Amino acid sequence: MNANAMLKSGVDTARKVGPASGEKPVVTLTQHVVEIISDSGEGAQKCGQSLGAIAARMGNGVWTEEIIPAEIRPPARSVAGGSGNRIRLGSRRVTNAGNEADLVIAFNEQVLLGRVRDGALKSDCIILLENMWRDDRDPKIAAAYVETYDRLVTAGYRVYEIPMERECLKIVSDARRGKNMFALGALCKLYSLDLQLGRDQIALAFGKKDAKVVKSNVSLLEAGYAWAGENLDFAFRIPADRATEPQVVINGNTALALGVLASGMDVCAMYPITPATSVSHYLSDVFEKVGGVVHQAEDEIAACSFAIGASYAGKCTVTVTSGPGYSLKQEAIGLAVMCEIPLVVINVQRGGPSTGQPTKVEQGDLFAAMFGSHGDAPKVVMAPSTIEDCFYSVITARKIAETFNMVVVILTDATLASSQQPFPRPQFSEAWVAAPFDQSEVPEGSKPYDWNPDTGLARRFIPGQPGGMHTLTGLAHDTMSHVAYDPEINQQGIRARSLKLAALQKSLKTPPVFGGESGDMLVIGWGSTKGAIEEAVEGLRAEGHKVSSLHLTFLQPMAPGIKEIMQRFGKVMTIENNWSDNPDEKIIDETNRRYSAAAMLLRARYLVDVDCWSEVRGQPIKPGAIRRVLLQKLQQG
Amino acid sequence: MTIAATECLLRMYEEHHDLEDYQGGVPRWCTGCGDNAILAAVQRLCRDEDLRPEKTVFVSGIGCSSRFPHYMKTYGFHSIHGRALPIAEGVKMARPDLDVFVNTGDGDCCSIGAAHWIHAIRYNMNMTVMLHDNQIYGLTKMQASPTSPRGTKSNTTPRGSYLEALQPLAVTLGVQNVSFVAQAVDWIPEVLYDILSAAHHHKGFSFVRIIQRCPEWLPKLFDPFLHDPQKVLLLGHERGLHISPAVSKVYKNQEQHDPSNLNRAREIASIADPIPVGILYRNPDVPCYEDLRNSGQTRSTAMIKAGLEAEFDKFTVWPQEPSERALPAA
Repeated sequence: MNANAMLKSGVDTARKVGPASGEKPVVTLTQHVVEIISDSGEGAQKCGQSLGAIAARMGNGVWTEEIIPAEIRPPARSVAGGSGNRIRLGSRRVTNAGNEADLVIAFNEQVLLGRVRDGALKSDCIILLENMWRDDRDPKIAAAYVETYDRLVTAGYRVYEIPMERECLKIVSDARRGKNMFALGALCKLYSLDLQLGRDQIALAFGKKDAKVVKSNVSLLEAGYAWAGENLDFAFRIPADRATEPQVVINGNTALALGVLASGMDVCAMYPITPATSVSHYLSDVFEKVGGVVHQAEDEIAACSFAIGASYAGKCTVTVTSGPGYSLKQEAIGLAVMCEIPLVVINVQRGGPSTGQPTKVEQGDLFAAMFGSHGDAPKVVMAPSTIEDCFYSVITARKIAETFNMVVVILTDATLASSQQPFPRPQFSEAWVAAPFDQSEVPEGSKPYDWNPDTGLARRFIPGQPGGMHTLTGLAHDTMSHVAYDPEINQQGIRARSLKLAALQKSLKTPPVFGGESGDMLVIGWGSTKGAIEEAVEGLRAEGHKVSSLHLTFLQPMAPGIKEIMQRFGKVMTIENNWSDNPDEKIIDETNRRYSAAAMLLRARYLVDVDCWSEVRGQPIKPGAIRRVLLQKLQQG
Repeated sequence: MTIAATECLLRMYEEHHDLEDYQGGVPRWCTGCGDNAILAAVQRLCRDEDLRPEKTVFVSGIGCSSRFPHYMKTYGFHSIHGRALPIAEGVKMARPDLDVFVNTGDGDCCSIGAAHWIHAIRYNMNMTVMLHDNQIYGLTKMQASPTSPRGTKSNTTPRGSYLEALQPLAVTLGVQNVSFVAQAVDWIPEVLYDILSAAHHHKGFSFVRIIQRCPEWLPKLFDPFLHDPQKVLLLGHERGLHISPAVSKVYKNQEQHDPSNLNRAREIASIADPIPVGILYRNPDVPCYEDLRNSGQTRSTAMIKAGLEAEFDKFTVWPQEPSERALPAA
């Protein structure tokens, strides 16, 4: 059977692996989703990341996403213990992880089963399955393999058994440490990628180790490449223009850390928490080389307090956390708001409430970010939507924090945290870097809070400035920072702190509409869902539907012009990765329906009837799911 | 953060301060409150050491004690309950050039902020910490605190408190990296001053527990100690507190205690009656966290740019042909 026929048929028989006869047709694709899945520690993630980097160098659009087990060392061959990588390759720029996978390489059938149960695979997905288990000495394992294999074949998956262990043992003594590069070689062949780029990538990835390691991995790569050429009867090509400018391939957490570095901040205070910690891991490695400090505090509250103390005494500082840590920081964040100390708080959102789903994505902390902390505590809330955005948002946040003496919360999430997407290498600008604080003498008669009557903005002086001595306090205070119980003074202080949000809002640009400027339906999103929403919208527009989308970077304050955009569309709805009640539930009606966070905000602020659709499956929302929802909503008229 | 060196030099010649240069708002503490004595001693210390008010920061939490910074004419940060220590640590990390003091109470430090207290000892950052210990919650109107003696009647323990009092000195001396521990009482101002001065001179986390009277809620608590000088155990030593003849005349109950003797310090720490007063422990050789972390470095834009470009280099996918950057084929 040739590859074209194979792609069209709903195959129900097992694939026989054997010498391919004659020339193989190479099927040209515009995009494909590939997964590599193994037990933890077998290197599937390195394989996936390398595949992404090679494809990026070929000029392909790439999005890679980690598949992470919740446990550190899950038992081998367990359904919930799969670790690996999902790579979406495209002819054009790829903005999200895509729909169900088209091709999977699995190192054992149990981790594969986990992906099947998660609904991660297309119904006719091509599966390349390590077959060493068929002959395992443990009859239970062999039986489990055969049973799963048979079930997968019956279910319609196109399963190819591949002897990775056997082939790798020809080159290395421990195949467990080599299969990932064999798999990489096979994938290079299957996707017509340049083998030399694969060798380069191995040199980069293992360059720190000795030449022997590089050599044996290159041999494994070449063996995988050759094996796939000789034994698999299909191959693909995803044409791309070779990239013309340097691209940086990093994940969102690394991008955030580089943003901290680029913003010129001196101190990052944190406490370990998934999925935020890798920001600090990376920063700990690089920050000190340029004189920065990553302080691992004794708890989340201390981390936030430490950051506030450092900010108070000098430059704006950052603290990095995730949902539970964000909850713990709330009181301290309120102190920074009250005392008008600039502070950047990064919240890499995960599933909540409580401990929730630490390694899984959710956009559940928007209200906590906006309204958390008791009393009126206005903060800026922004949400990057791409890996590139993660980098630049820290620089922007630091600037806003220092210009307005405010707390700026950056909401990313577990998807952005571990996904990789190439973006143009940033060109350094001196304007990114926080200048040292001007510590010249404070003119006589200056007030610590000389609130501008129109904007609420006040200058700030810091310890070390002669003539500026004052005591900050979390108590209500007057312009001299003196504790004040006067009703008028409390009114004045809260007014000033609130006005700053309006002042910032006046400087924001209206976000661009994706698609047409008017139409039947406007989809609004924020954060990591941007790529999936726009892909769905683009597809529907190509079919003639009048759908557009709008993505919000600033959630608080919201940019001007949003209401006017909404009014040009027949219907408006949000797509979000958080909870909303399904209006079709028996007891749900308009008087008790809980909307998704952004939908609720838009309804409240603009008095526009904003509908919503959301899910909390701990997975990025797939463009296909959005497409189905939008089609259904459009049909409802 | 950098300060022009010339500015520092110029100031060295000009600066001279009087007591009123350190006196901020008029204290609102109750008449007879021990906090007043601590304030007087600290203002005197600032004057005698000629501390530059703009380079001096008092950080506090919440409680009667924590109003302290408002009454100084230096920089101050009256923060939130229990978090004075981590905030002060942030200040010191960003600005090791600043002289940092912390005022905290028995509720602030030993209850809500207890976790930070333990770790602050471990960090051993160079700051002077005053634990204003009146053994009762004052600002919230008389609830038992962790240091209230067992049986203390309060609004939350009307039949007497249930638990033995926590011993802050014993706790502090049990933590790795402890470098300076002392105890003073508000009613012997001369010794209070000497102890605070020694604490300030010590490089590291100088922890001074100051037993202070609360005339409002526990007016009689320390009466036996005030009436009988024998109920104070003065710790003198040539390497510790130097006791003046005038003080010796009244407080005859004394012990020669070498502050490098940690074991004896731990024994003394658990004595509640008589009240030990003096320097229990001092170790000048414990490294400070801000030094270990090389804080306060000058960072130029060029350094940041170089660091950033080096990182980008690691992650950049170059558009060149493979052969240009390739390894020899295996």
